[in-house]
Amino acid sequence: MSASHAAHHDDHDGHAGHGAAHGPARYIKIWAVLCVLLVISVLGPELEIQVVTLLTAFGIAGVKAYLVMKEFMHLDVEKPIIWYILATGVVFIGMFFAAVSVDVMNHDGARWSNDAAKRAVVAGLAAGDPANHHGAAEHHEAEGAAEAAPAQH
Amino acid sequence: MAEFIPVANTRSASGVPTGKLALYWLLCSEIVIFGGVLASYLMHRLAHPEFGLQAAHTNVYAGTINTFVLLTSSLMAVLAHSAAEHGDGKKAAKYLWFTIAGALMFLCIKAAEWTSEIQHGYTITSSPFWSFYYTAAGIHASHVIAGALVMLWVIQSAKKNKYLYRVENVGLYWHFVDIVWIFLFPLLYIAK
Repeated sequence: MSASHAAHHDDHDGHAGHGAAHGPARYIKIWAVLCVLLVISVLGPELEIQVVTLLTAFGIAGVKAYLVMKEFMHLDVEKPIIWYILATGVVFIGMFFAAVSVDVMNHDGARWSNDAAKRAVVAGLAAGDPANHHGAAEHHEAEGAAEAAPAQH
Repeated sequence: MAEFIPVANTRSASGVPTGKLALYWLLCSEIVIFGGVLASYLMHRLAHPEFGLQAAHTNVYAGTINTFVLLTSSLMAVLAHSAAEHGDGKKAAKYLWFTIAGALMFLCIKAAEWTSEIQHGYTITSSPFWSFYYTAAGIHASHVIAGALVMLWVIQSAKKNKYLYRVENVGLYWHFVDIVWIFLFPLLYIAK
């Protein structure tokens, strides 16, 4: 047996038992579940209840991603090194979010004020209201008006 | 003359075939790329209430159909992997063609959607929301194109029953592209 074949044979041994649990019939069943979840994730936010929106849109996105990772990518039977590799990327994103979010998500600090962000909010709210919206041109007009207004401190 | 086999396919120091290991390192870097965009969008979305109003102008129907198309193409990719595991390269190649068809359908719908949005004046410079929208969806679409091109290459060897492990590797990449869209869809289309 060549080294290549040995490597792949070992890899498939790592998936031992998943052959019975995974197969075309199961994949189609999982796909059907994913489609049902997609419909729920679209209909849920129509109720316009914030908790329901969060659960149906983002909660279901998490469930769908989990199903694809487990059932289609077979990550549940992969060797730990694969998890370590993927976790490395996730940890870096966590560090990025933790370091940057406090600055981006606050428009006022003890000794500073993010006037550009405040102007963007004012202009965006003025132009983005679907009730009186006729196109993106209004956004530029609102943005110009907000810039002409005195900065808020 | 002996057939050339890349070094990456002839050893496995970690117990995972080296080609597959490299693929996961690629996915790790992709997590950082897409994670960075999604995390930045999330921060701005939470700090800018106007994003919700602007998101109301995205086409939920197009987004929903595209999600369905990608989920179906993921099913085709895993069926190709299943066929390759059973040594049926021809069947695997056939399923990969279906996956490519899904990629093309996704891109056509995306092109029609963008055309309509640009005609209505929503361009990448219209507002921070639209900048995020076009950047995130554009990077994702470029990955769809890349995945489809690699699949075309994999099909050439799979239909001759050669290098069938490549079917699994390209499938893993495709599932990742699908997962990214699963998170982009509610962020850009559903949360108003």
